[in-house]
Amino acid sequence: MSASAEIGHQRALAAAAPRAFFPSLLILLGLAMAVVPYWSDDVQLREGFLLAAVYITLASNLNVMIGYAGYINFGNIVFFGLGGYVCVDLVTRLHWPLIAAALAGGLAVSLLALVFGFGILRLRGAFFALATIGVNEAVRQFVANFEPWGGATGIYLTFDAYDPLGGPMAALWLVYFLVVAVMVLSLLLSYAIKRSKFGLGLLAIGQNEDAAAVLGVRTPRLKALAYSVSAFLPAVAGGLFFFKSGIIEPNGAFDLTLSIEAIVMIMLGGSGTVAGPLIGAFLYEELRGLLLTSPTISQLQLVIAGLVLLVMVLFAPGGLVGFVNQHWPRMRKFLQ
Amino acid sequence: MSALLEVSALSKRFGGVQAVMDLSFTVEKGEILALIGPNGAGKSTVFDMINGVYPPDSGRIVFEQADITGLPPYEVAHRGIARAHQIVQPLSDLTVLDNCLVGACYGHDDLSLTAGRAVVREIAELVGLGDRLAMPAGQLTTAGKKRLELARALCGRPRLLLLDEVLAGLNPTEVDRMVEVILRIRAGGVSILMVEHVMRAIMQLSDRIVVLNLGRHLAEGSPQEIANHPAVIEAYLGDSKLMAAVGAERP
Repeated sequence: MSASAEIGHQRALAAAAPRAFFPSLLILLGLAMAVVPYWSDDVQLREGFLLAAVYITLASNLNVMIGYAGYINFGNIVFFGLGGYVCVDLVTRLHWPLIAAALAGGLAVSLLALVFGFGILRLRGAFFALATIGVNEAVRQFVANFEPWGGATGIYLTFDAYDPLGGPMAALWLVYFLVVAVMVLSLLLSYAIKRSKFGLGLLAIGQNEDAAAVLGVRTPRLKALAYSVSAFLPAVAGGLFFFKSGIIEPNGAFDLTLSIEAIVMIMLGGSGTVAGPLIGAFLYEELRGLLLTSPTISQLQLVIAGLVLLVMVLFAPGGLVGFVNQHWPRMRKFLQ
Repeated sequence: MSALLEVSALSKRFGGVQAVMDLSFTVEKGEILALIGPNGAGKSTVFDMINGVYPPDSGRIVFEQADITGLPPYEVAHRGIARAHQIVQPLSDLTVLDNCLVGACYGHDDLSLTAGRAVVREIAELVGLGDRLAMPAGQLTTAGKKRLELARALCGRPRLLLLDEVLAGLNPTEVDRMVEVILRIRAGGVSILMVEHVMRAIMQLSDRIVVLNLGRHLAEGSPQEIANHPAVIEAYLGDSKLMAAVGAERP
């Protein structure tokens, strides 16, 4: 073996095996996010971080479809909304404990996604994207006419729903910690998928689906699995979020705008990377907060989102993470 | 002993064009069989059907005594048939290592990532990509991408390798290297079905040749028999360069 071949091997090995460093970074981030607002008892900070954690959960899981498998799921918010409905329903009607209800919501939505996935993932490109919008709209219409879930008015939680958790104040903190945990799990899941054989298959599909199939990647199964896996944690987050809100109704639960914003967050941070959706979603939430509180431009949030998407797609298709890694390769260790 | 691959009465029509018509041939274990014919003879269509890219209109494809007609490409790959494409299809943003790893981990042996990496290193050395494992596949040269096609296919540890013009576009030195690699692959126990236009290499490599013309079986035999076959010469007539090339290789 030549000397240069040896170096090639070492580089390949180095790229493949930076141990537990990055996951630890993610867990530390989660701990900091949980602890800082609690110690400073800053409710406003908590609410900002809660929204950021929800966004990061949505963006990171969506990234498994968009960034890894190369399938643009415009209707991803259907997981969040449906998970919310199942959870809130179980809590109000059957008086399930919150965590069990949220997990049940995640499982139910994940199973449903697996079934749907085998169907709509036969479509590719724009047709797939349209079908996902169709799924979201169909579910929204169904729920709006589904009387057990309150139809168009939705379901309200009464205050006694929070009693098992020690009253509303304690419940808000608990939900916050749970949402941050779901966020960290989302990022760890994304990291684990990317480094697994499953992730390799998804990346291959994202690059060239036909070539991947010829190499032996069972494309229909892998895609449906990715769709289903990427549904689980957003659905759990939806359950927690709407439990905290105290109300869930079809237009709020299946809001296509948030679906599209999640795509902007991914493109902003860098699709196909683990850190990209994290950074993109956090920045987007901060930007959004800034815009909403400014009296002059409070209605321009979506205009800005559109501009951000345009600029990123045109000038930095790899997002912020791609841009940084391209110019400062040493940063790869921190930004995977 | 029965054949490794048995293609019988295969036909495929695209609209008004009969691409392949009633074609039958077999590949024996350990053999290098070349499929040749003028442009448009239906060679790549035959590969696409064996490979499962699309099903034949009629006919049967039997591999290791099992009917694989119409199976999707990934099922065919799992059974042990791998393919190197004529038009290279690298997974451009992935490294050479990851490209090969897809072949190793999803191919015939269904390896784990760790076991796959070991196979990839070995194969990459064999085809001469050992020093470029960390490079994104899109940055390879054309010759490099051709080698990657071969490496990826081999990493799946196939029983039968379909080589679709892997020599096209390579310079004579590169062709010689590739010929050597192909012979080594066969020595490792892999049977090979190849479509090729580089006659020098075909004469050097193949045990038997099947000639296609306009989608039909025209002739079959050893390289020497084919080079002297009147129907083959007629089919190629007008292609003087090819005639000269075939003639030059006669012992």
